[in-house]
Amino acid sequence: MSEVIPIIIKILFVFSCFLSLAAFLTWMERKQSALMQDRIGANRADILGFRAIGLFHIIADSLKMFLKEDFVPRRGHKFLHTFAPFISAFCAMAVFLVIPFGDVLKIGDKVYKLQIADINVALLLLLAFMSYGIYGVFFAGISSHNKYGLLGGLRGAAQMLSYEVIMGISLVGMVMISGSLSLREIVLSQNKLLFGFLPAWGIFLQPLAFILFLTAGMAETKRTPFDLPEGESEIIGYFIEYSSMKFGLFFLTDFIEVIVVSALLTVFFFGGWNIPYLTQSGFHFPWGWEIALSPIVVTILQVVAFWFKVFFFCWVQLAIRWTLPRFRYDQLMGTTWKMLLPLAIFNVLITGLFILIF
Amino acid sequence: MDKKKKDLNTIQFFYITEIIRGLYITSVHFFKNLALHILHLFGIAKNKKAMVTYQYPEEKREITRRARTRHRIMKREDGTPRCVACMMCETVCPARCIYIVAKEVENPEVEKAPEIFEIDLGRCIYCGYCVEACPEDAIRMDTFILDTASYDRDSMLLTLEDLLNHDNQDDLYNINYMKK
Ligand code: SF4
Ligand code: SF4
Repeated sequence: MSEVIPIIIKILFVFSCFLSLAAFLTWMERKQSALMQDRIGANRADILGFRAIGLFHIIADSLKMFLKEDFVPRRGHKFLHTFAPFISAFCAMAVFLVIPFGDVLKIGDKVYKLQIADINVALLLLLAFMSYGIYGVFFAGISSHNKYGLLGGLRGAAQMLSYEVIMGISLVGMVMISGSLSLREIVLSQNKLLFGFLPAWGIFLQPLAFILFLTAGMAETKRTPFDLPEGESEIIGYFIEYSSMKFGLFFLTDFIEVIVVSALLTVFFFGGWNIPYLTQSGFHFPWGWEIALSPIVVTILQVVAFWFKVFFFCWVQLAIRWTLPRFRYDQLMGTTWKMLLPLAIFNVLITGLFILIF
Repeated sequence: MDKKKKDLNTIQFFYITEIIRGLYITSVHFFKNLALHILHLFGIAKNKKAMVTYQYPEEKREITRRARTRHRIMKREDGTPRCVACMMCETVCPARCIYIVAKEVENPEVEKAPEIFEIDLGRCIYCGYCVEACPEDAIRMDTFILDTASYDRDSMLLTLEDLLNHDNQDDLYNINYMKK
């Protein structure tokens, strides 16, 4: 029993953080795009005349989603139609299970790992869940009995399958360096210094893999510049026949995937919870300064650093989403198979060579 | 015919520099506007606008003097409508939204006046032909009212009273006209 309670607490903590961040992102996306385009963004929803810079739009949106008619096309497949958004949302959320959001928390003589499940094949599990997300998209398209939906589903499946490959291969480099598939080990392996001053983060060791993973990750989230499966404004994608909260789930899934990709970027390339020069006893700067901190403060700082990094990458992804136009479909497929895949394999080879030499 | 597209140079071909350039532009806008919004919260630098949009119902755009806006009917000096119910505007109106019923008046110089004069704004296309057609300069479109929002069509019907009791009291042109 005493082992179950901390896990339940961790699950509650992680999911409340991730889901509230996802809800917050719906607001942030509107405001950020508004500021980029010299607009002011959603600010009309108010409670008793109090507007809170548009934050109530989150409540208003979800209320609207829940109260709308839940429509299933008459000749569609009712079971798959209902099931599809749940697959999508589940697969996106399941990834949180293995993401470490902090080192260890020592309470008395007990040591808790700040991660829901430290599995030694976490990376494989994570990639598996991300590929299962395709089923959500594809079932949604095929069960709608709508040719636009079907085509959108096909586009989505093809795109996600292609970028899945890049995603997997670009991470191989980090796995080779850390020698483990456990995300916790991968983060711990980055807790070093290169040449005595540079944190040994993935971005410095694997800059090419970082770009590849960011590209593939953004393609996984199915948002502009890779929003061919959705194309809300004109080409219409796989969720054309969805309304109400089922559509809301797809919508939320997109934002959850943004957070998942940010979290993975943080874990693999930005040292997870690591803060440069911070160890269990405090800061030790290479130029000789030292700040002593108690372990609990260090742990809190690390958790905050993790969430800060995740938030920062969410910001970057939103910025890219609102900057770039959409790819053409042949460009999209051409980029994956002709440019990114060779680059990813090249990266693995180079990494192997370096490991062999040094 | 279609011109051949300019080939991308090597750096542009790899796209990443171009992405960074684009991100730089949008980020500059983002941080500039964010900073300005925060300054505005504290009441600083109000003269620098952080957005180019207007917060419409509260903040209206300036309308040029030439814009065709909601109609009004001009009055004579004794307060009666200047319209002589000649039906010119009713005839010319392409949307058929003017409805006039004439009546006789004592004044032999005027002879006729409208009993009923209605404009259905739900159908009006703001073409301004009625203004052009009027021989008496009785109808004008310069009240600067542009928002005709309503829950039903009936409330979009302007009666003679609505048309006479307009806000725009600018009768300058009117006076000059009379002097001639
Ligand atoms: S503006 Fe045009 S449509 Fe409107 S009342 Fe005058 S003539 Fe008719
Ligand atoms: S054209 Fe002028 S005078 Fe004639 S009916 Fe219309 S508003 Fe009256």
